[in-house]
Amino acid sequence: MKSVVIAGYTRTPFTLANKGEFVKIRPDDLATAAVLGLLTKTGVDGAEIEDLILGCAFPEAEQGFNMARLVVLMAGLPQAVGGVTVNRFCGSSMQAIHQAAGAIQMNAGNAFICAGVESMTRIPMTGFNPSPNPHLYEKLPEAYISMGQTAENVAKQYAIPRAEQEAFAVASQQKAAAAQRDGKLADEIIMVGAVKQDGCLRPDTTIAILAGLKPAFDANGTVTAGTASPLTDGASATLVCSEEFATAHGLPILARIRSIAISGCAPETMGLGPIVSSQKALQRARLSVVDLDIIELNEAFASQSIACIRDLGLDESKVNLDGGAIALGHPLGATGARITGKAASLLKREGKQFALATQCIGGGQGIATILEAV
Amino acid sequence: MDIRKVAVIGAGVMGAGIAAHIANAGTPVMLLDIVPEGATDRSQIAQTALDKLLKADPAPFMHKKNARLVTPGNIEDDLAQLAECDWIIEAIVERLAIKQDLYRKLATVRKADAIISSNTSSIPLHELVAGLPEEFAAHFMITHFFNQPRYMRLLEIVTSPQTDQDAAAKIRTFADMKLGKGVVDCKDTPGFIANRIGIFWIQTAIQEAIDMGLTVEEADAVVGRPMGIPKTGVFGLSDLVGIDLMPHLMRSMNRSLPVGDALLEKATIPPLIQKMIDEGYTGRKGKGGFYRLNTAGGGKVKESIDLQTGDYSPTQPAKLASVKAAKEGGLQALVSHPDKGGQYAWRVLSQTLRYAAALVPEIADDICAVNTAMKLGYNWKFGPFELIDQLGAEDFAKRLAADAVPPIPSPSPARGEGSEEVRGNSVLSPPPLAGGGLGRGGIPPLLEKARAHGFYRHDAGETLYLQPDGSYIPLQRPPGVLLLADLKRHAEPLLENDAASLWDIGDGVACLEFHSKMNSLDPLILEIIEESVEFIPHHHKALVIYNEGSNFSAGANLGLLMFAAKLGGWDEVDKMVSGGQQAYKKLKYAPFPVVGAPFGLALGGGCEILLHCDALQAHAETYVGLVETGVGLIPGWGGCKEMLHRWSTNPRMPRGPLPPVLKCFEIISVATVAKSAFEAKDYLFLRPTDGISMNRDRLLADAKARALSMIEGYQPPEPPVFHLPGATAKVAMEMAVNDFLAQGKATPYDAVIAQTLATVLSGGDTDMTETLSEDDLLALEYAQFTQLVRKAETLARVSHMLETGKPLRN
Repeated sequence: MKSVVIAGYTRTPFTLANKGEFVKIRPDDLATAAVLGLLTKTGVDGAEIEDLILGCAFPEAEQGFNMARLVVLMAGLPQAVGGVTVNRFCGSSMQAIHQAAGAIQMNAGNAFICAGVESMTRIPMTGFNPSPNPHLYEKLPEAYISMGQTAENVAKQYAIPRAEQEAFAVASQQKAAAAQRDGKLADEIIMVGAVKQDGCLRPDTTIAILAGLKPAFDANGTVTAGTASPLTDGASATLVCSEEFATAHGLPILARIRSIAISGCAPETMGLGPIVSSQKALQRARLSVVDLDIIELNEAFASQSIACIRDLGLDESKVNLDGGAIALGHPLGATGARITGKAASLLKREGKQFALATQCIGGGQGIATILEAV
Repeated sequence: MDIRKVAVIGAGVMGAGIAAHIANAGTPVMLLDIVPEGATDRSQIAQTALDKLLKADPAPFMHKKNARLVTPGNIEDDLAQLAECDWIIEAIVERLAIKQDLYRKLATVRKADAIISSNTSSIPLHELVAGLPEEFAAHFMITHFFNQPRYMRLLEIVTSPQTDQDAAAKIRTFADMKLGKGVVDCKDTPGFIANRIGIFWIQTAIQEAIDMGLTVEEADAVVGRPMGIPKTGVFGLSDLVGIDLMPHLMRSMNRSLPVGDALLEKATIPPLIQKMIDEGYTGRKGKGGFYRLNTAGGGKVKESIDLQTGDYSPTQPAKLASVKAAKEGGLQALVSHPDKGGQYAWRVLSQTLRYAAALVPEIADDICAVNTAMKLGYNWKFGPFELIDQLGAEDFAKRLAADAVPPIPSPSPARGEGSEEVRGNSVLSPPPLAGGGLGRGGIPPLLEKARAHGFYRHDAGETLYLQPDGSYIPLQRPPGVLLLADLKRHAEPLLENDAASLWDIGDGVACLEFHSKMNSLDPLILEIIEESVEFIPHHHKALVIYNEGSNFSAGANLGLLMFAAKLGGWDEVDKMVSGGQQAYKKLKYAPFPVVGAPFGLALGGGCEILLHCDALQAHAETYVGLVETGVGLIPGWGGCKEMLHRWSTNPRMPRGPLPPVLKCFEIISVATVAKSAFEAKDYLFLRPTDGISMNRDRLLADAKARALSMIEGYQPPEPPVFHLPGATAKVAMEMAVNDFLAQGKATPYDAVIAQTLATVLSGGDTDMTETLSEDDLLALEYAQFTQLVRKAETLARVSHMLETGKPLRN
């Protein structure tokens, strides 16, 4: 089997939807910016790319028309390079990486750009034409359950009090603020226009401020805007290639992909998705939780993050070193490539051996990737 | 030269409000104030004022985008830019020296022909321009706005023989056409017209209430509705404008009122009121006023003050036989009633009306100016001279004489202090005995002349009014002003019943007027609509739907619905639903153009009739919305259908079957009401091409002109077809409703109503590949409406609305 590596990672700044600096930027332009940034950063020859795999959770309107192919053309990549848009909601761009890894091992290409994008400003979270199937809705309304409600369900099922969720959120904000202050995020971010840093962070938030917020999804619930990831605009990109190719072209290898996994779960507690997918990936990697040095767990909500940490028995000090989505933002299609690329970069930066990147997915799924240092 | 750019100097409450309203006219405006000491943002005062404008409620802007037309600045850095302005309005502190200082600066930067005006309420014009260059003075006048400038229609203008007539005409035209103002020319006298009489009225009403021992509720019940005055009466009004305002205005008027003026005798500030002001009980802006909301202990109790002791206790509705009598017998019955309410009404009215009669021609050339000023500046339904005519000028004069109405009460202790010195400084040469100047037996000369025929006479299709010299001349409206009231005085309706009439407004145009209670829509109105559609083509070419009530229409007649429901008369209810659908549909496809001319509230069924018109000409202050959900219903007279059609054919909508449906759901489910005609365009209650008139008095003429412009080659609209998504859309809306329910933003019954609405808007049992007709949609509305109306929770909402005027959230 061929060894598959991540040989580059970059992203645009993440900014607040509807009020941030990217409200007027089209998502295909954002994705192009991330891809161009990756090409510059890695120095890879565009002609060597087999395919551009682009994750997006609501691929319609400006995110429609098989946006991946258009980004190939917009980025000035050779016309011979393919483009495919993939959708696994929040897991879309981690799925892009998985598809590239599979293709490489099938000997169906050496180098892939695995990117992701979402403008939650310009395409609403349910799309412009939310058209649920009435029969499914009648049988299983949870199939279309709102994400906020799933966070409430998880909080209830795992008995996670509001205060604990808020402490988790404040910690995420503090880690992200420190990372931003210390320039630890600057490496991964490329400038778009005049914007060079993330815009979602709330470094001044406190337990007291969060305690004052009203529940956002359930009047009697515990989840607030402060313990949920914000609506975000942004794009990310990784270079996924065979180890052989990376070495031959002198590309800076960040990490090797050791194993991958997908799992399904109840839609009404979709936030628990990472539990089984991580366990499956660990098993395939023949590792256990204690072997993990670095964990990137997407913070869709504080409640589901805490539930996953608790259930998997993760060491919290290894989770989201530079903060998570509650602070950094969660542009749905772009998050998978961000956390996988981030985990790979952290292995290198921290000089560690094993990393896990995992996230929950609306509709009831989990996705996980285990990385190892080369 | 038109007025293309305006500046307002002084960003206080009035200055900022004036600037906002200039922006409402679509005219760019600079808002300047001084540079505060040590400020980093040198335009901070104006900027803060602009920020406040955007948050104020009721909104000073007719559309929030109008704020972009206001440029904040300061008078140090931006003075040079004033050279671009055609009109500069000064609204700074009421200090002559400071104003003149500013004028001298303005004189150096203003462009030739630029007009300068002051919003002063107390400094005479001749003092403002004293010593200023002649050319400047020729382009200077007083333009006195009322608070808030967007909502109060009065604009008092004071000019002098020195004033350039073109300049004055330019301001009058701009104020009339663009700002929608009723412009009243005033003489250069203290308090101009409205405040001169208004303050006299307020002071009299307060003092008499205290002297005669009335409660504030009783006083307001008398000097309110029965006199055609807003129900806030006098004490409620004082709370609203600030109790400290009266003494403040009194002080500045004291200084310049002519000797012997009756208002001087009213200058007393009663000890109780002085105490209230001193202790911060200045009305709604302070700790409370004559009324207050006591929130102690978590409750909300409306209390009123005891005018003798100053203690608060829960309000007691006034029970006065005189007020009841006035409902039947009008003003005459009120003032002749023997109870204390009747006596109080006479005391207040007789003094106020006599005062007004004594002031013409001192403060205005004619009685019309005075009537207009009181109507537009104090929201009186009738001006002083119309009130006298209601009492009968002869009867009024007789009773005045019989009373030998006061050698008015004892001189006040509060007055006097310093006032002589101030008067001594005044440059006013003491005028001959005027103001309170009375004729024989306490009867002012003008009233004496009115005794025989009243102030207004109606002769052979013409309305004439009394001149100070005793002659009568015809009342003439300016071009472009057409009032149904004028026409109705001497015309016969084409069609008529108790709820509506059809009038001929000339040039082949008919006008459908509602005149039911609150102009609510009922079977009688539907009947006239159907008859009109048959009748009009014979002799007329177009129809305007318009009236001169307080509001265009508050919606369908809920009382009738409730009455039928209580008796189980569901057939009647169902018939009213299908009757409305049919009538509105006939209107829509009538072989002549139909122009709706709404103003004020146009809600529910009143909105739906507008949605069926070919075009609208709306007054800027139109508040339109489909508010049925508030009473547990959904639009059933084609409102859902028309909104769906408008949004599905709107090019701004994203493509696909869902967006128009979801948009309509968003608007109708929460009973959205647009807060101006401009905002109504955002919701497509008005089409982008519909017209908006700023001046209420020009609405009918504008609507008529629009109707006339549509006659040539008129074709009724093509019936719309609909491609609706059906069940999937219903599920999408249901999901949204469930989220709102979970979030506590909707009540369980809100959710039931919303799902019923979702059934209609989704198209019901259909699919986007199918084509639905207008009648299919009407049938859906009918089926869902008639089902909903039978539910107990809906009837609870309806009856709650009828009883309290507020929606029930069950």
